[in-house]
Amino acid sequence: MTFSPELEAKFADLVTHYPEGRQRAALIPMLMFGQEEVGSITPEFMEEVGKRLGLNTMQVDEVVGYYSMLHKKAMGKYHVQVCTNVACLLRGGAELYDHACHKLGLGHKEVSADGLISLEEVECMGACSWAPAVQVNYDFHHEVTTDQLDTILEGLKK
Amino acid sequence: MALVNVTINGVQVQAENGALLIEVAKQNGIEIPAFCYYEGMSLQAACRMCLVEVEKAPKLMAGCTLPVAEGMVVRTESEPVVKARKTTLEFLLSNHPLDCPVCDKGGECELQDMTFKYGVGESRFTEIKQHVPEKQWSPVVFYDAPRCILCYRCVRVCNEGMGVGALGISYRGVNAEIIPSNGDHLECDECGSCIDICPVGSLTSGIYRYKTRPWEMEHVGTVCTHCSNGCKTTLGVRNNEIVRGNNRDKSGINGEFLCVKGRYAFDFTQHPERLQTPLIRNAAGELEEASWSRALKLVAEKFKELAGPDFGVIGSTRTTNEESYLLQKFARTALGTASIDHHRTGDVVTLIDALSGKTGQLATTEELYTTKAVLVVASDLSQQQPLLANKIRANVRHHKAAVYAVTPGPVREDKIARKSIRVPEADSLAGVEQLREQLSKESELVIVFGDAIQGDKVRQLVAFGESLGIPVKYIALVDYANSRGALDMGVLPDLGPGYHATAPGRSLQQMLDDPKLAALWVVGANPLKGGKSLASTNAFVVVQDLFLTETAQRADVVLPAASAYEKNGTVTNVCGQVQRLKRGIETVGSKADLAIIGLLARGMGVNLGKVDADAIFAEIAASVPGYNQLPMPVILTGGAVQTHPVNGGVPPSSVPGIIASARDTLFTTGSLTRYSKILNEVLEKPGALYS
Repeated sequence: MTFSPELEAKFADLVTHYPEGRQRAALIPMLMFGQEEVGSITPEFMEEVGKRLGLNTMQVDEVVGYYSMLHKKAMGKYHVQVCTNVACLLRGGAELYDHACHKLGLGHKEVSADGLISLEEVECMGACSWAPAVQVNYDFHHEVTTDQLDTILEGLKK
Repeated sequence: MALVNVTINGVQVQAENGALLIEVAKQNGIEIPAFCYYEGMSLQAACRMCLVEVEKAPKLMAGCTLPVAEGMVVRTESEPVVKARKTTLEFLLSNHPLDCPVCDKGGECELQDMTFKYGVGESRFTEIKQHVPEKQWSPVVFYDAPRCILCYRCVRVCNEGMGVGALGISYRGVNAEIIPSNGDHLECDECGSCIDICPVGSLTSGIYRYKTRPWEMEHVGTVCTHCSNGCKTTLGVRNNEIVRGNNRDKSGINGEFLCVKGRYAFDFTQHPERLQTPLIRNAAGELEEASWSRALKLVAEKFKELAGPDFGVIGSTRTTNEESYLLQKFARTALGTASIDHHRTGDVVTLIDALSGKTGQLATTEELYTTKAVLVVASDLSQQQPLLANKIRANVRHHKAAVYAVTPGPVREDKIARKSIRVPEADSLAGVEQLREQLSKESELVIVFGDAIQGDKVRQLVAFGESLGIPVKYIALVDYANSRGALDMGVLPDLGPGYHATAPGRSLQQMLDDPKLAALWVVGANPLKGGKSLASTNAFVVVQDLFLTETAQRADVVLPAASAYEKNGTVTNVCGQVQRLKRGIETVGSKADLAIIGLLARGMGVNLGKVDADAIFAEIAASVPGYNQLPMPVILTGGAVQTHPVNGGVPPSSVPGIIASARDTLFTTGSLTRYSKILNEVLEKPGALYS
């Protein structure tokens, strides 16, 4: 399996961040960065990363299954993540998530037919001070109301 | 290593500095309960069951990962500890179904035992238990996620013990469960170690599940009859039927290791095509059922008539030492022939000759675990010799042994090898030569070699080993359960018991090719396999076997024989270690080969002395060099003892190229596995795991 030169450079740099013999620690960032380029965590990708870090594919699979932000199935171009953890829940996160479900006609980790938008109900993303929070790819939206969410979603479709 | 003083439950003990507390306690007769801790595997510290109280520590400590130190004071059964264990059990049981009455593990379940011991009668959890349907991962492995306590034992035994890595744990919290290698199914050795090692009834065996309760079985410790490694297996027998095979008591040379064949492939004993009555070829030329008395009378008469140099005898690679010994004795004396042979699969004979004048250079199974370096030549060990491969893996894991492989194709040993060399089998010795420098730097070495190394190549390999200047031991690989015994007992055309020269006779192939052959007596072998035919069309052929094999179909008389699980006696494994078989079941209508030989002798009026396994073994011990100083108490109690073969020149035996390994895989061993239904179901593509 081959990656872009940029990603290869990133991988090469990542393994230098850890002490000798502990290169497997680079697994999670490698999966995160690789996921963006590959689109999802495919079996070939897991095997390749495993080979590079001296892990068997099952060990990579274990990690992928554990972390909800690693997707074996490709998510949409815009991945909408609504937090329903405690702080957001108290400030209307659940209603916001329900609203997004109805609006998009999608459920948890589902992707629209055109592959543009996907939805995920996520745990705390560290934006409790500005709850309820929504994250689209790497962009944060704070103290989101249902109206604001509509605007955000409409914006994605353009 | 320095010793430290540790106080456990008020008793002062001495232990190696840095040893794990759980082990130190065990050595002093104190049990610290644990689910995830498993001797020989990496540490996990996942179950929290081994918490103990350590003075000056702020909280309870996990005994499984705690190294002991000078002055440590530990309490393993104090009130806080017992309370913690109760709580841990309460947690483990919070989603564990209480279906013990229908669970296979009931009665031998570690979670059940611990719950019983610590009396966790009540639970504070009132939530509905999360149920997930049971999954079948292969014909032999079932997984019930709710019962799983996530101890990682199966994951580690598969990855570390087997070198396969087909299991993992995925997802989180209450959803966490074991996942198999290929999405919804397993692609692996199907060895079943994961089932054995599971402390609860989460992983269950396809052939054993719902068949019996553990306490309703008789547990018979005997030796697996498939490959030459001679793993001790404990058969679970109920109502004269083998329902499982495992070795949970870790006795024998294999500890708890068994491969797919040892664990499951005993079902050939109950195959519907199993012969249960003698067959005689009638006037119409068809095999017809006959009584034992008629068949034995006919064979005895014919044997008496045809005895002489043109009588051929083909012995077995599976029958016991006693049977092989008696067969060659009967052939050489009563039948007056020197033409006796068996299917030879490895050149032990030349190895013994090449080592003449030296002692103690034949390695034992255990030495693959203790020797600092191992060289594997021309053998796919993980496929063909699973126990030996397992010992080497454990050696690497525990002692950082140096492994070298010289093989024609990729092998599993590559993963752990310091260096792997790919050469065609014919060039194996040149490959070995490339390792000279590295090997001579090792402090000791065991060389394990396959059938590509035979004749002069064995001598060259031994010369190479001896030139390294370090202690070297050898193992000449052979294929079947008692291949080595057949050699030791002299089922050879030019060597008698203990490799003593005898008047030469025909080899196996020469017997098949000789048109003058008057009679052929085949005991537990299938020389006509693969479309071969007998040149002598008039030869009177008698076959003793479990099934109507290709050879049996050509026979004039077929006598139904008992399998290794149905008789007593001894067998000798690939390393020359003698172990005892113990009868587990009986199959109506069949007789042990020893009994058949005895009855034929009686029919011919030949006196072979007392024909029972113990008496013949005593005769072997008295007359066969190498078998004369075996400590009987060890053998009688299920142990293994290495023979001390002749220390002196062995006359060169056989024609070059006569030795051929059957190249069996993990899933085959000739005719026995052809009749194992379960083994044919789990058949995997050999080599699929090496990528």
